[in-house]
Amino acid sequence: MDIQCKLHYIMDGKRYVFFDHTADVGIIAYGKDFREALENVACAMFSIMVNLKEVNEAICRIIEVEGREEELVVNWLNELLYLFDAESLAFCRFEVKEMSKDKMKALAFGEKLDPKKHKCKMGVKAATYHRLTVAKEGEVYKVQVILDV
Amino acid sequence: MYKLRRLDEFRWEIPPSYKPGMRTSGLIYASEDMMEQMKEEQVLEQVANVAFLPGIVGYSLAMPDIHWGYGFPIGGVAGTRVEDGVISPGGVGFDINCGVRLLKTNLTSSEVAPRMEELMTKLFQRIPSGLGSQGKIRVGEKEMKEVLAEGASWAVERGLGEKEDLELCEEEGCIKDAGTSKVSDKAKKRGIPQLGTLGSGNHFLEVEAVEEIYDKETARAFGIEEVGQILVLIHTGSRGLGHQICTDYVKLMGEAVREFHIELPDRQLACAPLSSAYGKDYLSAMKCAANYAWANRQCITHFTRECFREVFGQTNLDLIYDIAHNIAKLETHTVDGKKISLCIHRKGATRAFPPHHPDLPSRYKDVGQPVLIPGDMGRYSYVAVGTERALSETFGSTCHGAGRLKSRGEAKRELKGGEVASELASRGIVIKTGSISSLAEEASLAYKDVAQVMEVVDRAGISRKVTRSRPLGVVKG
Repeated sequence: MDIQCKLHYIMDGKRYVFFDHTADVGIIAYGKDFREALENVACAMFSIMVNLKEVNEAICRIIEVEGREEELVVNWLNELLYLFDAESLAFCRFEVKEMSKDKMKALAFGEKLDPKKHKCKMGVKAATYHRLTVAKEGEVYKVQVILDV
Repeated sequence: MYKLRRLDEFRWEIPPSYKPGMRTSGLIYASEDMMEQMKEEQVLEQVANVAFLPGIVGYSLAMPDIHWGYGFPIGGVAGTRVEDGVISPGGVGFDINCGVRLLKTNLTSSEVAPRMEELMTKLFQRIPSGLGSQGKIRVGEKEMKEVLAEGASWAVERGLGEKEDLELCEEEGCIKDAGTSKVSDKAKKRGIPQLGTLGSGNHFLEVEAVEEIYDKETARAFGIEEVGQILVLIHTGSRGLGHQICTDYVKLMGEAVREFHIELPDRQLACAPLSSAYGKDYLSAMKCAANYAWANRQCITHFTRECFREVFGQTNLDLIYDIAHNIAKLETHTVDGKKISLCIHRKGATRAFPPHHPDLPSRYKDVGQPVLIPGDMGRYSYVAVGTERALSETFGSTCHGAGRLKSRGEAKRELKGGEVASELASRGIVIKTGSISSLAEEASLAYKDVAQVMEVVDRAGISRKVTRSRPLGVVKG
């Protein structure tokens, strides 16, 4: 996967792109800061599972996650996957509210999954540490993560 | 280019000099063409990375269906010493005890063909599949604990199966001493709504017809009598429960890696000594997930039997075997003439024990363990049997399927889901899925030809082909 060629997407306002990884799916999410990249990586993950446009912002959940940098990315995504499976919650928008060195607090907006209304796509089992990176390139924050699907 | 040594037609060795830090060599089973493909991916690197695990014994092994995973390659097998070796949740994967179960019927393809549409519609409606689907079997927290401790027998005791089903599962459908207290509440909550569901991705239920019998005697011992006989193949695992257990323990193992100063080339290989609390707790939780998966396949078996009987009247659907292909097991193996206790990680690999192995069900003692190898939904699946050579060379392991060739993205760019569905329909294969768009990701072109994979394991002697079947209908998750 040619990361350089993908980077131009951000110029066009893309918040994330996907890259191929044999049995899994890779995401590169961008942001003006780490917070925004975390919001975008979560949107990217839910866009694999559902059609984001079909999800209303009917509820808001406060989510607190611990960890630093890469670990925070994995814990954040896996917490959202837990809520999807255990409580059938699909989210479409995220706001990272507070962030310190080793934890963060975020709001996740979405609604309870309704098979009649929401077209479900592919399941995501977990976010992995494989080839996980958090980097700042110029003015852009970039989070790369591979999901087991 | 690669410091790879060809040992014979199907065996390739990666010496420890390939990458500093390897504790042993890698051994890959592949044809020359497959090896060319593997070199393009990073699978050799991943086979080498597994060789870093402390306490690894023998080779870091790779089956011919190997493909690039995260941490461990998919199609990887590694044995570590129980005494001073490690256990790695990444060596099992997120879908703990993902596996396959094969049922035989007393129906033939000519009897089933006119009613396939009706049958597949019923199966699709009865067995929840796809993302977000919830099970019809309602369990509370207390029952959930019983499921985790008892496995398939939990379902059989509630009328969802027959006693004989249990003896025809690996571990009789339940690994003993599963410690439910080692499973987080989160994992249990993820598992509660999903019991009795197929899931999404590559999980499926396939109605198939036997099209070739290679070894009549062994086939007969497995209950496969003739070409045209209808079989049912179920492929699913421990669902969100297993995913959460793996997630929880990969996180914990990160601490163990620091505490025990273990050096690893990939964080997803995180591991802990089997003798440590981390290692023991993971093994205990992993057993719970394995048991949940056996209960899950048992519930789906019950629904399948109901559907067949509603369409065809009194029909026998007897279990041939049920086998895990993502699991770590404590087993005794003979290495350099000595019996030792090992933890065998099989990630995308199937146990393939030979005749007379003590872990076999009594009815297969003389023939060996059935090995169930699904292909892709458009081609064929195989039944094979375990061999002595597998036991001595691969800790009694073989391939688990076709193995991915193209990524999901690539497959989707080349094909549309609708095209896949109509192409399969034109060949008389009935497909039922909640997500047509995902069909392209599971199309035949996305996978290696399982016939070539079988050719390698058969000719290398680590399992022997018994029958081949072709799909007639598939419920795709």
